[in-house]
Amino acid sequence: MDNPTEQQDREDTLKGVGCSRRRKEDARFVQGTGRYTDDIKLPGMLFADMVRSPYAHARIKSINKEKALALPGVHAVLTADDLKPLNLHWMPTLAGDVQAVLADEKVHFQYQEVAVVIADDRYIAADATELVEVEYEELEVLVDPHRAMDADAPILREDLVGKMDGAHSVRVHDNHIFNWQAGEKDATDRVFEQAEVTVKQDMYYPRVHPCPMETCGCVASYDKINEHLTVHLTSQAPHVVRTVVSMLSGIPESRVRIVSPDIGGGFGNKVGIYPGYVVSIVASIVLGVPVKWVEDRMENISTTAFARDYHMTGEIAADSEGRIKALRVNVLADHGAFDACADPSKFPAGLMHICTGSYDIPVAHLNVDGVYTNKAPGGVAYRCSFRVTEAVYVIERTIDVLAQKLGIDKAEIRRRNFVKVEQFPYKTCLGWELDSGDYHTALEKVLNAVDYESLRREQQEKRAQGELMGIGLCTFTEIVGAGPSRNCDILGVGMFDSAEIRVHPTGSIIARMGTITQGQGHQTTYAQIIASELGISSDDISIEEGDTDTAPYGLGTYGSRSTPVGGAATAVAARKIRAKAQKIAAHLLEVSENDIEWDIDRFKVKGVPGQEKTMKEVAWAAYNNVPEGMEPGLEAVDYYDPPNFTYPFGIYLCVVDIDKSTGETSVRRFYALDDCGTRINPMIIEGQIHGGLTEGFAVAMGQEMPFDEQGNLLGNTLMDYFVPTFVETPHWETDYTVTPSPHHPLGAKGVAESPHVGSIPCFTSAIVDAFSHLDVTHMNMPHSAYRVWQKVHELGLDSPV
Amino acid sequence: MTKQHVAFKLNGKQVDVLVEPRELLVHTIRESLSLTGTHIGCESSHCGACTVDLDGKSVKSCTVLAVQANGSELKTVEGLADAEGLHAVQQAFIEEHGLQCGFCTPGMLIRAYRFLQENPNPTEEEIRWGMSGNLCRCTGYQNIVKAVQSAAQTLQKA
Ligand code: FES
Ligand code: FES
Repeated sequence: MDNPTEQQDREDTLKGVGCSRRRKEDARFVQGTGRYTDDIKLPGMLFADMVRSPYAHARIKSINKEKALALPGVHAVLTADDLKPLNLHWMPTLAGDVQAVLADEKVHFQYQEVAVVIADDRYIAADATELVEVEYEELEVLVDPHRAMDADAPILREDLVGKMDGAHSVRVHDNHIFNWQAGEKDATDRVFEQAEVTVKQDMYYPRVHPCPMETCGCVASYDKINEHLTVHLTSQAPHVVRTVVSMLSGIPESRVRIVSPDIGGGFGNKVGIYPGYVVSIVASIVLGVPVKWVEDRMENISTTAFARDYHMTGEIAADSEGRIKALRVNVLADHGAFDACADPSKFPAGLMHICTGSYDIPVAHLNVDGVYTNKAPGGVAYRCSFRVTEAVYVIERTIDVLAQKLGIDKAEIRRRNFVKVEQFPYKTCLGWELDSGDYHTALEKVLNAVDYESLRREQQEKRAQGELMGIGLCTFTEIVGAGPSRNCDILGVGMFDSAEIRVHPTGSIIARMGTITQGQGHQTTYAQIIASELGISSDDISIEEGDTDTAPYGLGTYGSRSTPVGGAATAVAARKIRAKAQKIAAHLLEVSENDIEWDIDRFKVKGVPGQEKTMKEVAWAAYNNVPEGMEPGLEAVDYYDPPNFTYPFGIYLCVVDIDKSTGETSVRRFYALDDCGTRINPMIIEGQIHGGLTEGFAVAMGQEMPFDEQGNLLGNTLMDYFVPTFVETPHWETDYTVTPSPHHPLGAKGVAESPHVGSIPCFTSAIVDAFSHLDVTHMNMPHSAYRVWQKVHELGLDSPV
Repeated sequence: MTKQHVAFKLNGKQVDVLVEPRELLVHTIRESLSLTGTHIGCESSHCGACTVDLDGKSVKSCTVLAVQANGSELKTVEGLADAEGLHAVQQAFIEEHGLQCGFCTPGMLIRAYRFLQENPNPTEEEIRWGMSGNLCRCTGYQNIVKAVQSAAQTLQKA
């Protein structure tokens, strides 16, 4: 007979899936022995620093390097003209556009890279940037994207004039990048014409920056003798970088090694390939010594990969009961001076067509126009899967507006429109197949937990006393785990991911993945997956990522894709190993394979107690006693191309109190229920949720990148750009339900970005709710005290009683 | 630029380095003394990633000149653990999952180390204010607060 306690003990020693195992990476981080890019110091290493444009739009009349070159310790000053012979003054972007590596005759945004100085140390490099003399002729600046396609708008991209075939569509203006549509326009319009009720809401999703604590940087090191290039850099996608570097430089991929060492947070900021990386590589090749480039905080916020900047209009057609009949979304997307979005190549607006949300909507139409402006390039997914943050914002805001118009409670209107549990897998009218979900159960759980009814009563009382209290709700569906290669690729490479697992003779394991952790704890969680699959304790499993010389090719970590794709590859590779191990076990036990069953960490002969071989024993045998005709060894690789995305969801509720005299908002309560399917490490999940909620709070309440009319960025230091401290960050309450993904080998869905995606509309919903009895339907972010106070003031609520 | 000698005690060991008068302490620690646990997140005293303990006070080493440290006693994250093992704050950060990417962690730890000497039995509110010079983008602070609370208990028992 099986002994349940004994089995439980064996299960517990594995520290596998479901265990809140402490993190493997922490020992080095708490002792200061992590190895981040800027910690790398190579013999003879020089430093690169950028000369940047003070103007947003200007012609470069001349660049004089003489004084800079005369400064002792300066080795080189490179400009676009120096890169031209190598054909490296422009580079392709991930979005099918090109981007200037160093400004070529013209600057297109403030702080654009104009020249790079290479010097002995960072002080000399910084001094020398001041000595490079650049003469500019200022040009008319285009800041407002609404003006971009006016007949008299200044033309930004002279390199594209007359090229009306864009990467994604015909361009209708020289400042136009693409038009992209999803859904059925005519059918949607017809429903709107006949609808009992329609609502329409304009909203702006501000330009924000992911702002990880570590800025971007690299150390490029070219070995002239062996013609081998090694680059350590802050990349969320090192393998893609290797392919791009090889394509740009002509060095075969086999002689390019890209290493992402420890990364101090990414959040989308470290997906792109930046001019700083390219010039460091060029400088190292030219000078034959290692070159380090690390941006400072101002450079980080000003130039490397912003997110969002979507001007959106959401429209819903519904019946008088609030049942949605159609959705229409229009977007004007400000991409800055170069289209450097990091999206799967077929989707210039990312996965924006997930904008039908958690709702059963019969028909919809989405229209997106992308335009150039004199701002830094980007449009990355800031803790987000390619615009799902914008998509969730527009649907969640618009359904709130509908509820308000019809006088239906915002929880009730969602109940009426949710996709029902029996409808899964559910095909949305814009083409996605939501894999699984149970929205109604999750919503009721949250409403009960916070006692929604009494909150509403309290709000009534507060309003009667003239106080402002708001209750926000967001019931979002995410789309993560990009993605099936039939619709997702980056530069032509399908968005699979990979795992390679080797079981050593004595039963410990090394495994390598194509993803790269930036704080998510992969070294801990991937080991848990393997532990459960193979019955070897996760403490005996080492995980390595980020070195392209050793790890299998993968598309990297962003858009919560590690668990859905890399985690699936890990499980499948482990299962390949177990299948082989089972054959070896049968051989050792001298029975047929079919007579063997798996039990936690061992193979047993069915019905014969005591006849068993542990995985450790099998591992040993794999190297000395395998069945006739079988190759020795115990390892496997899997490249996992997911059949579908995964669709985690969540129900978030937020209660705020607003001070009428200052406009300050205090978040009294934030309750976040997440369903990410199977939970691999609850402690890490909770940590990811806290972090995502905090980043969402930052975006909703304070982050923005405002520009003046000359295109000057008015806030690129941590003094101006809002990063919440311990003090203003709210206390988070978390909860969960578990609806496994039917197509993921473990049922896991991914979680890290959900709290960011879901909390932002929840905060706006709460703030607007505080004013909703005064006919306010929407307020644009950020909901800083001053802006909220402006609303208070506009409504005359601050006047003395 | 002419360099000058600066001498101080770093994690209990006497060191002597040649620095330019304008050199920031954080660069001296990281580059001349090769202790890279102390990080740079802003170089403008906003983020706290560069926090070190200088003569019994938490300071942001990106806004201190190396020459100002002459004759001082300095502790960085590398000096927290001793022969007995990890310091209570380090252990608590691991136990309470008070770190993710780890970039802010050395600054957080060295601040927590000093803060708990300034206030050995803090409330949550006091921890939040006392640590507010250190930013973290990953954790949302909640588990760091828990870690500091738990370290406070351990240290009080000791
Ligand atoms: S680097 Fe010193 S406070 Fe940010
Ligand atoms: S753990 Fe990443 S910044 Fe704090």
